[in-house]
Amino acid sequence: MVIHIDNKEYNIKSGKNLLEACLSVGLDLPYFCWHPAMGSVGACRQCAVKVYKDENDTKGRLVMSCMEGVKDGLYLSIEDKTAKEFREQVIEWLMTNHPHDCPVCDEGGACHLQDMTVMTGHDYRRFKYKKRTYTNQYLGPLIHHEMNRCIQCYRCVRYYRDYAGGDDLNVFAAHNHVYFGREKDGVLQSPFSGNLSEVCPTGVFTDKTLKEHYTRKWDLTMSPSVCNHCSVGCNTIAAERYGELRCILNRYNGDVNGYFLCDRGRFGYEFVNSENRIKRVIIRNRAGEASTEEELMQHLQPLVSMSKIIGIGSPRASLESNFALMQLVGKQNFYQGISEDEAHLNRVCIDVLQSGSVHSASLKEIEQADAVLVVGEDIWNTAPMMALAVRQAVVKTAGAEASQHVQIPVWLDSAIKELAQEDKGFLAVLNVSASPLDELATHAWHATPDDLSRAAFAIAAYLQPGKLQADNFSEELTNQAKAIGEALKQAKNPVIITGVSSYNDNVIKAAFDIAASLNTAGRKTGMACVMTECNSMGLALMDAPAFNHAMDSVRPNGHATAVILENDLYRHLTPNLVDNFLNKCDHIIVLDSLHNSTTEKASVLLPAATFAEGDGTLVNNEGRAQRFFQVIPNADTQVKESWQWLWKMQMLRSQKVNGHVLHPDELLQKMETDMPQFKGITSVSPGHDYTIHGERIPREPHRYSGRTAIQANKNVSEPKPFYDGDSPLSFTMEGFKGVPPSWAVPFFWAPGWNSVQSVAKYQDEPNGSLKGGNPGVRLLQDKKKENADLFFKDVPEQFVITKDKWLLLPKFHVLGSGELSGYTKALEVLSPELFAIISPKSAEALNVKEGDMLQLTDAGIAYGSLPVKVLDNMCDGVVFVNAGSRGTVGMNWGTRINLAKVN
Amino acid sequence: MTKFSDEKLAKVQEIIARYPDGKQKSALLPVLHLAQEEFGWLSSDTMDYVASLLSIEPIEVYEVATFYSMYNLQPVGRYTFEVCQTGPCMIKGSDDIISYIEQKLNIKPGQTTEDGMFTLKTVECLGACGYAPMMQMGKFYKEHLTKEKVDAIIDECRKTAAANN
Ligand code: SF4
Ligand code: SF4
Ligand code: FES
Ligand code: FES
Repeated sequence: MVIHIDNKEYNIKSGKNLLEACLSVGLDLPYFCWHPAMGSVGACRQCAVKVYKDENDTKGRLVMSCMEGVKDGLYLSIEDKTAKEFREQVIEWLMTNHPHDCPVCDEGGACHLQDMTVMTGHDYRRFKYKKRTYTNQYLGPLIHHEMNRCIQCYRCVRYYRDYAGGDDLNVFAAHNHVYFGREKDGVLQSPFSGNLSEVCPTGVFTDKTLKEHYTRKWDLTMSPSVCNHCSVGCNTIAAERYGELRCILNRYNGDVNGYFLCDRGRFGYEFVNSENRIKRVIIRNRAGEASTEEELMQHLQPLVSMSKIIGIGSPRASLESNFALMQLVGKQNFYQGISEDEAHLNRVCIDVLQSGSVHSASLKEIEQADAVLVVGEDIWNTAPMMALAVRQAVVKTAGAEASQHVQIPVWLDSAIKELAQEDKGFLAVLNVSASPLDELATHAWHATPDDLSRAAFAIAAYLQPGKLQADNFSEELTNQAKAIGEALKQAKNPVIITGVSSYNDNVIKAAFDIAASLNTAGRKTGMACVMTECNSMGLALMDAPAFNHAMDSVRPNGHATAVILENDLYRHLTPNLVDNFLNKCDHIIVLDSLHNSTTEKASVLLPAATFAEGDGTLVNNEGRAQRFFQVIPNADTQVKESWQWLWKMQMLRSQKVNGHVLHPDELLQKMETDMPQFKGITSVSPGHDYTIHGERIPREPHRYSGRTAIQANKNVSEPKPFYDGDSPLSFTMEGFKGVPPSWAVPFFWAPGWNSVQSVAKYQDEPNGSLKGGNPGVRLLQDKKKENADLFFKDVPEQFVITKDKWLLLPKFHVLGSGELSGYTKALEVLSPELFAIISPKSAEALNVKEGDMLQLTDAGIAYGSLPVKVLDNMCDGVVFVNAGSRGTVGMNWGTRINLAKVN
Repeated sequence: MTKFSDEKLAKVQEIIARYPDGKQKSALLPVLHLAQEEFGWLSSDTMDYVASLLSIEPIEVYEVATFYSMYNLQPVGRYTFEVCQTGPCMIKGSDDIISYIEQKLNIKPGQTTEDGMFTLKTVECLGACGYAPMMQMGKFYKEHLTKEKVDAIIDECRKTAAANN
């Protein structure tokens, strides 16, 4: 529809409010309380504009633009004098109590309040009375609190409570002494608390970890990056100064994480700066160091030239590095560095997602689902942002449903909430144990993985009667299946979520059967499979055998060299297996960034770049390949991307010393040619020599300060900027000014918009796609295959609980799990201790109580003993062990083990 | 430990029963009034107790109790003067009334006299602008205030208190 803004015509999508409309056509209009992901409440009065009856109306009336919808032919004015004065006054009164402490405020320079003050033109303080002041609270190691700066926009509580479902942050008191905080000092309980630092338009809530090494936004060198800490693959901005990673910011991607990140992703970056980093080459058992690269190469020459060379890939290394390893050792000698079981489960996920019978759902699609079923994956803890998306699906479906019967647009947030009351969209959670998601669920049910899969098969049987082999389901299962199946049938775009962490392929198969049964005409069904690491999907797509086959391939005294890529094998596999393998190899070359049990075994240890020092591509669980870019220059260190090391080794092995500098895009090109499953991967980002009008894209904002002196402690003359030959991004302030292509956005900034709100200038419309489409290449295609009738018919037997054998399963923790994020102090203190977790009934059967020690043994493997923790709301017959945290070891997850009380 | 008498507990149940099942949070305001009547003011203990009666989180009680000026979050005197200081009352001299009371009782707004007799508070419009300046004392409105009227009210209170002791 057409609307007139200050006498100019604009084409606007219907259904928007006036504020969104103005922003979507690129106009500047101040606002505070409206948030693109949370809608309007009209709390701050900052967004006032004049609206006119028709073109002859000269008087008009003031309205809050965020509270009024667009109408065809509407006339409005942003520039009107009264409207402008009104907005200026609003800032003036919002600022009466503001401390004006920008120089010592962490938000300064990236502050929406500063921007809006300048935008409205308010520049003189008339209020001459005392300001009210507050006592701040301790909110834990992640978020800093400074209440005096508050302007009462209510975004924080609306985000924390309504959007993210937290209940320990609230608003207190009234009038001019409104207080946003907790009931008393204490750690914020929501694992999504970090977003407060971006949601709050002022410096009330700020990133406490950044405070430890504070840098103004304009002084940061920033790069587009991808979160490393789970398989969701949220887009981030990594930010550096003085060779240190300073913080992680959200990078909007309309298909993935939108405006938010989880706390593991936002705060888990500190491992990059950790003392545990491997920064130098280490050669063990050698007389004299190999101090130059030449010496190192001489040392490596015989090792990589052994006739048997085995490569162990990694689910947390980039595609480029995994592929470079495959190139070095040859396809037949490349193995996934994960257990046979996990590799199998990943394979099943890929098979079902590629079957063509279901659509691999993006996070955005999950958020928009009108019914969700989660089977056998504790997504709250394994894929936090996916759980947040499910929450939106559940809450928003009810709102959308309610709004259909009345004339209230969905963005009118408080009205919609009133209307929907406690109504919720459909969510069923069938899991081994409870999680906070259960509170939102229409059905929550806990059982062993076998029984979960039976429950899911029962639903499939309800949806497609007679298609399964056996359906001797209990009455309970049949009734439950009927209720869930019926609700899913009512939905137009249901999503079925499952994953590998129950170590049971039937769970995934049954989930697929449901999704496939629902995917009929008129219904778009999505499916999501959660995996364990940030590139589990990428590694699985390479389709290599699992680790145990590597072992079989080395004969005793077979004289082999093993090259282990960024993988602590002891975390993925049982110790005996790893020891066996390593003992068989003559030489062990390990590439990694942090010291761990595997790097200890290395005869040659090469310092690998983390995501911050290197370039690469990761594939998330949706099958979306996403590129991350280096942000810390590593010119004067030995740290290199693994693919660079591996390329050097390949040159050695093939004795081709041609000095060719390898670029990551060449690796992807080769990958695309060699492996059809990676078709299209090269478009994840253009080549390293891409430019816009001959210019590269600067990683530094144009206000970056101190460039000439930044290295003055080492050398007083200005150093040449680090040259990044791997990508079209430069380590300078100069270059292309303007909105870069969406895959290459190092930071969000626009004239007058220094805060994160500037993302609006990079989008087609608020909450929409980034200009030119959201970044990422989907590798899994929906195309129906010939054998499109994939359907799993075998239903497993019911799980039988025995007294001596217990099903061993991993228990993940939203902040604590994550090999790398574990090296962040702030998260470490929030991680759980290691426990053997069992149900009350199991505890009774074992005659143990909380605090007793349990001995865990599995066919001869002694896992040691762990203190008991008794968990209500988990099924019987299962023992959980905290997984993924620091200090955990690989176990035979999904097998039955012995438990015995230690006396 | 803060605890209602059985009689008051029955009253709480009766209030809760006014609302649909699962909406017991709606009873919060009247139950807080009841608690204030019973215990004089709302300590955190009292608020936690109310939370437990309504099966809600303490933070949900704090949120509400801190919002309304009618709830006392600190001990108050036997008589509370809540003087309106909004526009109309201000034009009609509420500032003078407030400072007169301050001086006479030697307390500032928010404070209580040492003998525990009087608390002074300033509040916003009480909907009696036509009778400005005015204040609320317990359940009563005292209107068209003057210094003399304030004197009389204070004397009256002292007398009643002495008689009832
Ligand atoms: S703390 Fe920040 S987000 Fe919350 S109301 Fe104040 S200014 Fe708004
Ligand atoms: S840990 Fe996972 S959910 Fe959290 S920000 Fe990173 S990718 Fe997203
Ligand atoms: S943004 Fe419109 S009233 Fe706050
Ligand atoms: S202004 Fe005092 S009662 Fe209204």
